Amino acid sequence: MSFLHLAIFLPFLMAMLIPIFYRWTNQLHTGWIVLPIPVILFIYFLTFIPQTMQGVVTETMPWIPSLGINFTVVVDGLSLLFALLITGIGSLVTFYSIFYLGKKKERLNNFYAFLFIFMTAMLGVVLSDNLVVLYLFWEMTSISSFLLIGYWYHRERSRYGARKSLLITVFGGLMLLGGILLLHVITGSFSLREIIGEASVVQASSLFIPAMILILLGAFTKSAQVPFHVWLPDAMEAPTPVSAYLHSATMVKAGLYLVARFTPLFAVSGVWFWTISLVGIVTLFWGSITATKKQDLKAILAYSTISQLGMIMTLLGVGAAALHYDSWSDDIYIGALVAAVFHLFNHATFKGSLFMMVGIVDHETGTRDIKRLGGLMRIMPITATIAFIGTFAMAGLPPFNGFLSKEMFFQSMVDVTTLNLFNADTWGILLPVIAWVGSIFTFVYSMIIFFKTFGGKLKPHLLPKKPHEAPLGLLLPPLILSALVVITGLFPNLIAKPLLEPAVKSIMPSLYGTDYHVHISFWHGFTMALLMTFGVIILGILLYKTANWWRPFIKEKVPRFFQWGKAYDNSMYYMEQGSYRFTLWIMTGWLRTYLNYMLMAFIILMLGTIFATDALNFDISTISRVTMMDYVLALVIVVTLVGVVFSKSRITSIILLGAMGYTISIFFIVARAPDLALTQLVIETISVVLYLLVFYHLPQFSNIEEKPKWLSVKTLISFGVGLVVFLISLSAYDTTFYDSISQYYIDNTYTKAAGKNIVNVILVDFRGFDTLFETVVLAVASIGIFGMVKLRLARREKNENK
Amino acid sequence: MILPIVLSIGLLLYSISIFLYLYRILKGPTTSDKVVALDSIGMNLVAIVALLSMLLDTSAYLDVILLIALLAFIGTVSFAKFIEKGKVIERERDN
Repeated sequence: MSFLHLAIFLPFLMAMLIPIFYRWTNQLHTGWIVLPIPVILFIYFLTFIPQTMQGVVTETMPWIPSLGINFTVVVDGLSLLFALLITGIGSLVTFYSIFYLGKKKERLNNFYAFLFIFMTAMLGVVLSDNLVVLYLFWEMTSISSFLLIGYWYHRERSRYGARKSLLITVFGGLMLLGGILLLHVITGSFSLREIIGEASVVQASSLFIPAMILILLGAFTKSAQVPFHVWLPDAMEAPTPVSAYLHSATMVKAGLYLVARFTPLFAVSGVWFWTISLVGIVTLFWGSITATKKQDLKAILAYSTISQLGMIMTLLGVGAAALHYDSWSDDIYIGALVAAVFHLFNHATFKGSLFMMVGIVDHETGTRDIKRLGGLMRIMPITATIAFIGTFAMAGLPPFNGFLSKEMFFQSMVDVTTLNLFNADTWGILLPVIAWVGSIFTFVYSMIIFFKTFGGKLKPHLLPKKPHEAPLGLLLPPLILSALVVITGLFPNLIAKPLLEPAVKSIMPSLYGTDYHVHISFWHGFTMALLMTFGVIILGILLYKTANWWRPFIKEKVPRFFQWGKAYDNSMYYMEQGSYRFTLWIMTGWLRTYLNYMLMAFIILMLGTIFATDALNFDISTISRVTMMDYVLALVIVVTLVGVVFSKSRITSIILLGAMGYTISIFFIVARAPDLALTQLVIETISVVLYLLVFYHLPQFSNIEEKPKWLSVKTLISFGVGLVVFLISLSAYDTTFYDSISQYYIDNTYTKAAGKNIVNVILVDFRGFDTLFETVVLAVASIGIFGMVKLRLARREKNENK
Repeated sequence: MILPIVLSIGLLLYSISIFLYLYRILKGPTTSDKVVALDSIGMNLVAIVALLSMLLDTSAYLDVILLIALLAFIGTVSFAKFIEKGKVIERERDN
């Protein structure tokens, strides 16, 4: 257990201590107490930068060594980038929430406990090398996210959103577990590095594609890719700090992390390239087009998050092509990976600030509806500045960092068309076109967020509160993020060398040791990407100006074809209804139905086994001679049997059953079993007497007096059971491969056990143990009968009520 | 040599009478007819067991004969009581 392990669990330990602090400190806001934790962790992870620029840092702690499950922490460029985002934005969000959540009204101990559990989970996901541990933390993020979304659990929408996100992400998590197990089956290891080290074995395996699909399902559900994006907009019911932290900056990027992490393993396949690129581009397009039609600022931001995640996903998919080149010098597709990592960082900064901005607007005006907002620029100038920087970075305008990553995105999309792998040179043209159209809508919704909120006229009569500028505590975290947006926009190489380069190297391990350097400087050239950006701006302004004309079309017409959320609701409804109806249909509550099921299963399984294994074997050579007496007795039994089945009155049936039992005892006599005959006679008499005893209480036959139908299911089943048992006993008759062991008893009954009655000696001496428990059965039965007759709690209560 | 043949003939006759009693059980117009038929089957079984033990040349079944006689009596008595009173075991008065 190293300090690195402790660093991962530090927020979790804090989460356990929070309730204690919450009780002790009545004056202080709980957030102040927990704030140092993410800050310390952020500083601690900063110290790793020099090490990750050279290689990786590995620490191992055994957990279940016998199963190959060890808690191995590996810090490389990609993990570190995520860890810094998690702890950095975690600090800012904690700080922001101190001012956002009121001390009196909110249950702060719950909030911070959930938030810090989430922080541990997220750090565990990005730092674990062992896939089982990674999966553990992965589910922990789902659960803590569920708790945070349902934080205001008295609201119906919060509970709905929490349940929806849990169902979808846990579905994906279970798929991920399947993929992990498949990889374990192939390689025998749970360690990510070892599995990647055996990439050639994995790629040759027949389980390669199933493992890839399962892992991709996990990544797509977590990162809200189409069609699994439906949970993210509903997760906006969470408090705004949670939305800023989980649903823009960290958790939804876990899927991206997973894809990036598995790229060295799966990039060889065209399925990987096309699945990720196409799902990403469709998500980009659908998210941006849906964002333009939403009224609620948080909903717009949710769909914009979906869209931006799709963009990073596309870049990762295209970047997979980079691994097909042996040397980096002629490899233009590394650009896609750089763009993906860069935009991942950029998106976390500007989207975090935008969510906090929306939280401020909500906090100070009481609404997030863009129809009621407007003209806030003069009243809230600092918030407007934050929003300006965030939205223009999101739209991809200079001089913010979004511009750089958008340029690199376009450049990669243009480059794809020249790729001569996976048929990309023919169908690849789709990617830049869809990406371009999606970016136009990105521009439009970014403008909507800014100008509908801060531009135009103030509508004071529509606002629940009188708006004024937010306190400094609320403004500080988004200001820091906005400063980052501007700084990385103006000086991208500040983070290029320490952060982006190691991250790209960990996606492409072959780059370690080479003199490859990320250098983001070609934003001066007059390239195709720049032209596309001009096109985006011009068309975007046009579309924004004409928004009133085309938005109804998107709002009314398009959604009819793609109602993803409705599809989710309907599938939930029909699954529930379907299983309910199915249960009602199959569980009738009648014992006869269940008996039919059981006997039918018996017939089908037995007959199937007999015919499948060709077990029918009629060898009657060893059968004993049948005497006249046997025929007569069998005939008596058949007559009584038919009488029992067809008799109309119950007492006739009882008498006939008695006659049958006596006849069976004669069979025992003919077969020379006097003890059996004695017992059979006594038991038969007692049963008949018992039948007579309960006779009085039994229902009359008259209510089922209709004639037995010959061709009914029951008849068929009865004949089937009889036939099956008949076939089995005939087939089993001559399959004894060994002699009977009874000769031993015959020889030793008198000499060893001092008895001449061999049956009794077996019962009480050789096999006395069975007899003991048969006695117990009788005792239990008699005690049970006594209890049932004497103990009548229900009736006594009824009498008391009278 | 004659003994097995005689015994077999005896068994056959008793079997036939069992079938006749069975006919009475199935057809008997009243329950009493059926109960008497069952009791008679029991007595026939006594005879059959006796003949069988002679045929098999063993004394192991003499207990069975006694038992059948006893049980047939008990069974008939309980049936009779049932027919008369509708119950086999009555509750004591003072309960």
